[in-house]
Amino acid sequence: MTAKHETAREPLIRVVKRTSMSAKGKLGVRLAAVLLALLADAAFIFLVTGLNPIAVYRTMFSGTFGTSLRFSWAMRDLASLLLIGIALAPAFKMRFWNIGAEGQVLMGALATATVMIYCGDTLPAPLLFAAMLLASVAAGALWGFIPAWFKARFSTNETLFTLMMNYVAIQIVACCVNIWRGQASGLGKLNMRTKAGWFPQIFGQRYTINLIVVVALTVAVFCYLRYAKQGYEIAVVGESENTARYAGINVGRVVVRTMILSGALCGLTGFLIVGGRDQTISTGTAGGNGFTAIIVAWLAKFNTFTMALISFLLIFLEKGAGEIASAYNLNDYASDIIAGIILFFILGSEFFINYRAVLRGHGHQEVRK
Amino acid sequence: MNSTLIAWILRAVPFGTIIMYGALGEIVTEKSGNLNLGVPGIMYLGGFAGFASAYLYENAVAEPNYLLCVLLALVCAFLAAMAGGLIYSFLTITLRANQNVTGLALTTFGMGVANFFGVFILNGRTATQSLVYRAFQTKMPVLSGLGALGQTVFGYGFMVYAAIALAVALHFFFTRTRAGLNLRAVGENPATADAAGVSVARYKYLATCLGAGISGLGGLYYVLDYNQGIWATTGQIEALGWLAVALVIFTTWKPLNAIWGSYLFGALYWLYQFMPSLLGWSLPGYVTDLIQMLPYVVTIIVLVVTSLHKRRENQPPASLGLAYFREER
Repeated sequence: MTAKHETAREPLIRVVKRTSMSAKGKLGVRLAAVLLALLADAAFIFLVTGLNPIAVYRTMFSGTFGTSLRFSWAMRDLASLLLIGIALAPAFKMRFWNIGAEGQVLMGALATATVMIYCGDTLPAPLLFAAMLLASVAAGALWGFIPAWFKARFSTNETLFTLMMNYVAIQIVACCVNIWRGQASGLGKLNMRTKAGWFPQIFGQRYTINLIVVVALTVAVFCYLRYAKQGYEIAVVGESENTARYAGINVGRVVVRTMILSGALCGLTGFLIVGGRDQTISTGTAGGNGFTAIIVAWLAKFNTFTMALISFLLIFLEKGAGEIASAYNLNDYASDIIAGIILFFILGSEFFINYRAVLRGHGHQEVRK
Repeated sequence: MNSTLIAWILRAVPFGTIIMYGALGEIVTEKSGNLNLGVPGIMYLGGFAGFASAYLYENAVAEPNYLLCVLLALVCAFLAAMAGGLIYSFLTITLRANQNVTGLALTTFGMGVANFFGVFILNGRTATQSLVYRAFQTKMPVLSGLGALGQTVFGYGFMVYAAIALAVALHFFFTRTRAGLNLRAVGENPATADAAGVSVARYKYLATCLGAGISGLGGLYYVLDYNQGIWATTGQIEALGWLAVALVIFTTWKPLNAIWGSYLFGALYWLYQFMPSLLGWSLPGYVTDLIQMLPYVVTIIVLVVTSLHKRRENQPPASLGLAYFREER
């Protein structure tokens, strides 16, 4: 009778933390989440538009793989998103919520554009590129340094600080674009006549350099986080600041150093976007990628190779939705909905990796074993 | 009173009201320890649901009853925004997903939903209007005609005054009622609240969903009053949503500060248009961009100053951004 009493007090479902899960299990949970999300999206597409979801998905597929040019565009956009994700990885691993990537990228892009405009005619090409690179990295690093310094010194909330810095950067860019365009309605491509500061074409595309850099950085940042001493310090600070302090790590220094790195890589991304992709600048240069990259970096758990996969999935969806839009007379915003639903499912699936549910009564049997 | 000054106030107060709703909702949410960065998405959901319900009702009925139409829009906006809050709550509270990432995904989702379905209603046009805005903008009959004072104090639609009333009500709720104090305890230290017998999950769910509903009203006010009932595919609401998040920090999580804070943000936002005639300066176009930066800069300064002083009453809720799991530790 007492046993019956005990079980009656137990809730129907109890949640217990998992000690660990095999790599296979984790992959299975995530694949299941993506599949379920695609089913949910299919249901959404069917209910709203009445179109055959399979035909729609096939159209979507051709958005990225339809022609070699489309694939190359997808790769170009993947490079921008993934670069920012990689830039965020060190900060996030340190549990420093750098929501300010959008602004850091914009400041890097702005520095690049400034050098292009004011030194484009005077500096020889190699020096010009060096100046663009240095300026963009410095600008991004500065935008990362400011919130990090306040965090290290006064523990100012970094999530909110970096978020606000985005809008400061956007307004500065808007102001500069306004000055540069003068009476014209838009800025247009910079140095249109001389093409000074434009990346050289390799394999017919200027953004080939962006792709090379993103591959190199994927490997480099992966190794930095996994094998370098600094990467280890980042991991310790992220797991527990007190442990880090006890082990003799100067937490403030690690925070500032890592954010300078994160901001510098964002600034570098701005340089690559302006020099290799857009050859111009606007407040939309980062195009929301600074926010999307946060999701990418978090879902990949700071593993840069996983980031490449997730970035690809998101770019695939975006391109696919654009394709659906033109094929079925819908609009591009479908991609936001579809991506949103997939993200919700993947975010929710993390729960089943970290926890398991125990049904009423089953917990006790396990203890007896 | 100077006519420019009046015009400025008449711009600043409605603008402030949009972000006041957004911020009040987010204050309620954050008091429970949930940092919901989905405010822009939620405001999109609220704004679109309110507009769509009013618009569809108007076009379905020969002689629409505008009182009913206003109520319908309010209810639909609140419910749609709550649905957004529910998605966020389920993921972050029950499934303990990361709050920042979930919020950002919700922003993408809400913006997508509003603009995707918005295009169906637009049906090829670039913008369409619901006439219910006239009901939303109805001013107090006699008082609003009483000169400059009447104009600047009584010259707005009812939602402006409702926002002020809501801020005062929330202040009393947080400081004087048991439920409000419990909610704050949940946001400060959920483990202690749990030990004291407060249901952490229930408070978090309720605060986040109701907070989202209130934020959604900001979107509704933007579309049906501020923007004169015009729906167009726009990125404007997103910027307003982030401004609302900034306002929450500016108020140091106190609803009463949201009243003057929001009007101040509105005044700063519109400063560029009225500064030339007020001060006799003529400004080049690009300076306006720098002036519009002021609300964010001011927010950063407030954030830094409060972290410098470390006064207990000005700090963010202590468990802000963290999921609660009873069996941890």
